[in-house]
Formats: sequence, structure tokens, C-alpha cells
Amino acid sequence: MAVQSQIYAGAFADPVFEAQSVFRTLMDCFARPGTIGRLASAASPPSPLGRASGAVALTLCDHDTPVWLSPALSKSAVPQWIAFHTGAGMAEAKDEARFGFVETGGTVPGFDQFALGTQEYPDRSTTLVIEVEALKGGQPLVARGPGIKNEIVVAPKGLPDVFLDFWTANRAIFPRGVDLILTARDAVLCLPRTTRLAIEE
Amino acid sequence: MNDLAAYNFAYLDEQTKRMIRRAILKAIAIPGYQVPFASREMPMPYGWGTGGVQVTASILGPDDVLKVIDQGADDTTNAVSIRAFFQKVANVAVTTKTKEATIIQTRHRIPEEPLREGQTLVYQVPIPEPLRFLEPRETETRKMHALEEYGLMHVKLYEDIARNGHIATTYAYPVKVEDRYVMDPSPTPKFDNPKMHMSEALQLFGAGREKRIYAVPPYTQVVSLDFEDHPFEVQKFDKPCALCGAENVYLDEVVLDDKGGRMFVCSDTDHCEDRRAHGHAGALLARPTQESQEAAE
Repeated sequence: MAVQSQIYAGAFADPVFEAQSVFRTLMDCFARPGTIGRLASAASPPSPLGRASGAVALTLCDHDTPVWLSPALSKSAVPQWIAFHTGAGMAEAKDEARFGFVETGGTVPGFDQFALGTQEYPDRSTTLVIEVEALKGGQPLVARGPGIKNEIVVAPKGLPDVFLDFWTANRAIFPRGVDLILTARDAVLCLPRTTRLAIEE
Repeated sequence: MNDLAAYNFAYLDEQTKRMIRRAILKAIAIPGYQVPFASREMPMPYGWGTGGVQVTASILGPDDVLKVIDQGADDTTNAVSIRAFFQKVANVAVTTKTKEATIIQTRHRIPEEPLREGQTLVYQVPIPEPLRFLEPRETETRKMHALEEYGLMHVKLYEDIARNGHIATTYAYPVKVEDRYVMDPSPTPKFDNPKMHMSEALQLFGAGREKRIYAVPPYTQVVSLDFEDHPFEVQKFDKPCALCGAENVYLDEVVLDDKGGRMFVCSDTDHCEDRRAHGHAGALLARPTQESQEAAE
């Protein structure tokens, strides 16, 4: 019973307006990469999926979007929670997923294992939602690209050491590539594939 | 029951909004690239801005302030009906003032007042594919975008020069976004092209009949295609606006009588009204203002 109540509870109380508000924060953050957006509404998904990650799932996933979950998330009540509230099915293979979720501290797979889109249809790529310890306080990286006036420093804390290599490789295959939503508690930081990251000198 | 109860907020159902929202996020991530989306039937005919309406409906929230313009004007049929539509189905606040709006849906103009951060400009787009009149097959134009093969577009502009001595394209003037995708800025006059470059506002484009959404994020390079010896130029007007005296704005020609009388006035009605409210007067208004001042004295 405990597991079942976890599955049915924790969605938006007011789905129409809360999904709109979360989407607007995501849209603004994708339009201005590196800015940290606070979600006015957050979901309460079963552990170990974070509140902001859960809100992203409720806002963007449905029966059209196969979802890939990290091993720890797949073993939890999260697949049933996502299926019950959004109707999204689980993707067996990473490259079939429209959305991928990784919990805090979970192993982040190489971005090239996910759907990258094609040269003709680069939009058919996975959006990765990775929860980190914090969106500030980590290794400072200088971000440049569309949506950024000159440059902005991002310093998410808790990303794997190979993240910058993953991201540089992802940037190199533009217009193909994954897009990234980093979450921590009720906040998000979005990195579209156009953003170039470099270690601050 | 009020009228609102008959519809979901902003008319579209939630699944449609999610689908459009996903397309918008991918469009922002790939500036200038046309994302296909499952455009819906709207309660207005194609060609009346169904693409823009669907984009606006998907991003709109209860706190937004909406402005709708048609060729720069707030009071023309298309603008009035779309504004009334959103008042009815979303009960949203509307304005005609560019400064106050958070979302501006536009048909073929960019407001004269520079847009600021936090504003979103939604364009209604009839033909999103800039290469369509050069290559009718979608499979081919997709491949051309994939291979960044835009030679044909330069040939078209060159033929303009060969025939007319200058680039005669005056609206829907092709631009290159972030040095990658060639994009149709929708049939805005090329006068507005420079405003797209490094704009502070987010620009979203919706084509309902053609089922495409594309975007230009803020602070993004938007360069009009040209040649070294024939650089891109915007239209110039001989006279300032007849009503507000504004220079360096886009003017509409208005026929005044059947004896050849005409005036040129701002196409951006809000900009013109705002200037007049601040005491600027053009050639046609200057004299009546003097008279009224004398009368007051």
C-alpha cells in the first residue's frame, strides 16, 4: 500500500496552470542558458527523483515521449509514478528515449548513447534531465552562445568529471545533440546544445 | 456557466500544449531550424495566424499581458479578432502598448520600440521555408538545410541584382541565424531585419498550415544575406511620419482623396500614438495643433 500511495500522489494540484508556469520557466531558461530558474510549482515524486525533475516530467512527458530512467530510478516507484501521471512509457534503449532522467549522484551515461537526432531532423533528440547536488558552487565554467549576452559563469555541483568532455563532444556534432536540464531541489538550469562551455581561466 | 468553462484555458487541450511546448524548446535549442509539429484545426481559417495563435496559446499564462499587431497596427481585423479570442478563452490582460506587453503576437512587423528582456515576440508565418519557392520538394529543402547548402538562395539574390541592379527583395528577406540555418523572417519588411539581430526578446515563429515552429533566442546573431559589393540595406523614406514626425521608422502610404493626395504614416500605431501623446507632431498635424493652441490662448 505504501508503494501504491507513492505512485498516485505527488502530481500537480492544478495541472493546467502549474504545467504552464513550469514550462515558462523552462522556456526562459532555455532561451537564457546559464540562468537559474526557480519553479513556482514542484511535484513530489517518489524518491530518488527530485522535485524539479518530477515537475519537468509532469510538464513535458506524455504517451508520445518514451522515457529512459537511470538504473536506480527504474528500480524505484518512479516508472509507475511517471506512467500513472503522464502516460509515458519506458524506453528500453537510451536512443529511443525523448526524455532521460538521472537522479542526484547517479552515473551519467555518455551523451552520444542517447538519441541525437539526424542531420535532417536534429529536433528528434533526447532531452536529458539530470539532478545535481546544487546549481552553484561547483567548478566554474564559462558559457557562451545564443541566449547569452556576452558570457555567463555556470558552476553546477555534482556533475561527473567527464561532463565537460561529454558536452564538448555534444557541441561538436551540432545541429545534432542532446539538450540538458540540470535540476536541484526546486530550481533548474538549462543548457541547449548551442551553449559552449569552457573552464574559467 | 461563463464562456470560459466551455474550454480549457487558452482553448488548446493539455496534450496539444505539451506537444507544442516540446517543439518550442527544441526550436530554441536549434536556432533557425524548423521543427515539425502536429498543427491543430483552430476556430479561424489557415492564413489568419493559426500557427502564431497555437504558439501563443501554449506559452500564455494568467499573468501575461498580450498585445497583438497586424502590419504594425493594433486596430486592424486580424489583430482585433485574435486579441478578442484570447480575452475570451484565456481571460488574459491585453494592451496596445509595446512596453507593457509580455507576449506580442505579430503579423509582419516588429514594433519600433526596442523589445526588452522577458518579452516574447510570436510571429504568424505563412511559408516558413525560405527555399520553398526555389525548391518545391520538402525532402530536398530538408537535405539542403542538413548540408548547409544555401547556394541557391544566393543565386536568387544575384538574379535580383542582374535584373534590377540591386537586391529587389523587400520583405521575407532571408537571414542566416548563428551562422548556420537560413531562415525566413516571415513576410516582415526587410526594414525590420536588423531588429532581429541580438534582440533582447525571445522570438518564436509559428506556421499553422505548414506545421512548423522555429525560434530565435535572445542575443542571437541574425544576419541578412548579401554580397560584399551589394551589402544589405533597409528601405529609406523621404519624409518623416505625417502625424508624429518620426524618422527612421517604417511608414505606410495612406491615400487621402481622389486627387492624388496621400500621406505616409507610421505603420506601428502604438509608436505613433505614443509620440503624439508626448507632443511630437508631423506635417499634417502641426497646423491644427498650432490653431488649437491659439484657440486656447
